Amino acid sequence: MNTTLNFAWRNIWRHPRRTILTMLAIAFGAALLVFSIGLQLGQYDLMIKGSISIYQGLLQVQKKGYLDEPKIRNDIKDIQNLARTIRDKTGIKSITARANGFALVSSEQRSYGTLITGVEPEYEKLVSSIPGTIKEGRYLLSDDSHEVIIGKSLANNLRIKTGDELTLMGSGRDGSIAATILPVSGIYDSGSKELDRNLIQIPIKTFQEVFSMGNAGHALIFYHDEIKKEHFFRQQLQQLIADNNQLLTLSWDQLQPGIKQAIELDYSSGWFMYLVLVAIITLSILNTFLMSVLERSREFGIMLALGYKPFNIAKLVMLEALILTFFALTLGTLAGLAINVYFAVYGLTFEGMEEIAQMYNMSATLHPQITFESILIGPLVIFIFTILSALYPAMKIRHLQPVEAMRKI
Amino acid sequence: MQNTDNQTVVICTDLSKTYQQGLIQVHALSNINFEVNKGEFICLSGPSGSGKSTLLNMIGGLDTPSSGKVYIDGEEIDKLNKSELADMRLHKIGFVFQAYNLIPVLTAQENIEMVMQMQGVSKNERHHKSLNILQEVGLGGLENRKPTELSGGQQQRIAVARAIVSRPSLVLADEPTANLDSLTASKLIDLMLQMNELHNTTFIISTHDPMIMQRSKKLVKLHDGKIIDNIIQKNNV
Ligand SMILES: Nc1ncnc2c1ncn2[C@@H]1O[C@H](COP(=O)(O)OP(=O)(O)O)[C@@H](O)[C@H]1O
Ligand SMILES: [Mg+2]
Repeated sequence: MNTTLNFAWRNIWRHPRRTILTMLAIAFGAALLVFSIGLQLGQYDLMIKGSISIYQGLLQVQKKGYLDEPKIRNDIKDIQNLARTIRDKTGIKSITARANGFALVSSEQRSYGTLITGVEPEYEKLVSSIPGTIKEGRYLLSDDSHEVIIGKSLANNLRIKTGDELTLMGSGRDGSIAATILPVSGIYDSGSKELDRNLIQIPIKTFQEVFSMGNAGHALIFYHDEIKKEHFFRQQLQQLIADNNQLLTLSWDQLQPGIKQAIELDYSSGWFMYLVLVAIITLSILNTFLMSVLERSREFGIMLALGYKPFNIAKLVMLEALILTFFALTLGTLAGLAINVYFAVYGLTFEGMEEIAQMYNMSATLHPQITFESILIGPLVIFIFTILSALYPAMKIRHLQPVEAMRKI
Repeated sequence: MQNTDNQTVVICTDLSKTYQQGLIQVHALSNINFEVNKGEFICLSGPSGSGKSTLLNMIGGLDTPSSGKVYIDGEEIDKLNKSELADMRLHKIGFVFQAYNLIPVLTAQENIEMVMQMQGVSKNERHHKSLNILQEVGLGGLENRKPTELSGGQQQRIAVARAIVSRPSLVLADEPTANLDSLTASKLIDLMLQMNELHNTTFIISTHDPMIMQRSKKLVKLHDGKIIDNIIQKNNV
């Protein structure tokens, strides 16, 4: 075996320049794949993290049917109590209760229709990034303070500043008219134009009072930045709400299917690019392997005459391909990993990324994802294709006739 | 099975080979009947195109006859499948070709050992046997040379060493001296005769070199694919 390895190794270095060029092509392809896949997945991480951290959370508990029909009557009773229980039992603080509705908000000059959410200010801060983006004034004080915060765009549209009063009008849970006047305590700038234009928040108890909700609300929001653990957290939540079969747990991709769709679309176009890259590499490798087999025709003829079986020779050629690919891929993967580690530490900023970044509430600086899969998937695909392309010349050897083979020099 | 006499290594009966070249049929061999006994040193002579290589290839199982039979050590090789044929070559037959016999990336010693490795000979034994045979063929000390670092004559000696190292029933050499100058050629023949004497190895050598014909113990003359003469030359060596 040792001898065969040695034999294969020397065959690889028959044409050092050709071998090095081929190895560099494979290594370059692998490094490029490792880098782009890492970057791509890093970007998805950012997109997901950005969009779940701004408002919707990683998971939500809602009443069945509320997601499709967000009616005010589809509510959860005693919602703050439920939130407290779950916080206590899991030991995780980043869980909060919300109540949602629609309202017509009017300043002295203008009126707009918006979403209005009742929040627990203390816990809302742990779940959503909006409280941290107050640009003017301050965030809500307590569960029952009488005040409202609004987004920057809406404030501009309504031509109001902090301290001004806002009239809210909607319909309550029981169909009665819900109306109140609240002072604007803060103006936020979340980075999401949509939220800034459409969402206002008031304390949850104030909401329940205005909209005749009693102690009910519509959703429990759970946030955690380890997206990977979603499944684990979901099971935990599911267990805690199991005694109420009206409730269910929803994950971020159910809450915001648009993000998942955007990722999937991007993913498939990415894969197409990678496949083209892999195809180009494969062709160059196929060429090398084919040449290395054809030029040794006479030698193989001699070996066959001496009693080697075509299978032995095919094995030798496959071994050569394996060794060459293995070293090239190791080199390329390490190079790709090094690049990814560098950018994971220092970040990578693309020009013109700011706009897209804003759409998903992410920072414009990318950090490639470095996981086992993100590093190994690209090289693995190349490996499979190179081995497939080495199979072709190896199969040709199976039909080699000693006399014919020896006639070729 | 026909004729299992221990002393007979090769039997060819009514051996013919016809190549189809476009519309023309080339009768490379016609009705060859031919026997080789253990320890013989046979020279297969004849002009270029007379069928020497074709006959050697048939005997060595490198090519299949159009009709007729070849027996090696009493076994009809036509009945063997590809893999059994390869095994037969591996264990019973040594080959020496005209040139470029050696694997260029392997050293002299490794070239000699490669066949033994396929045969499953242990590393130590391989090592020992290959160094011994290198001494015997007069190339002791050159074991680490690559083929390109050896002269044409030395390369052919390595090829002979490789062919005989595991004591095959038969060594087939197809014009082994064709690329050598006459002095080197003569020395190579000396070597093969010496190995024939020393190990009682059976040799069939094809050539159109009169010097070799003269020195062989038995001369088989081919012409247009037919044996035209079968001469025992007693007073040789
Ligand atoms: N593969 C082949 N196809 C067609 N004709 C062949 C083939 N091999 C040999 N021949 C023909 O068979 C005859 C014998 O060839 P060969 O055995 O090579 O002769 P020698 O070795 O004595 O020079 C020649 O006429 C040659 O042209
Ligand atoms: Mg010939």
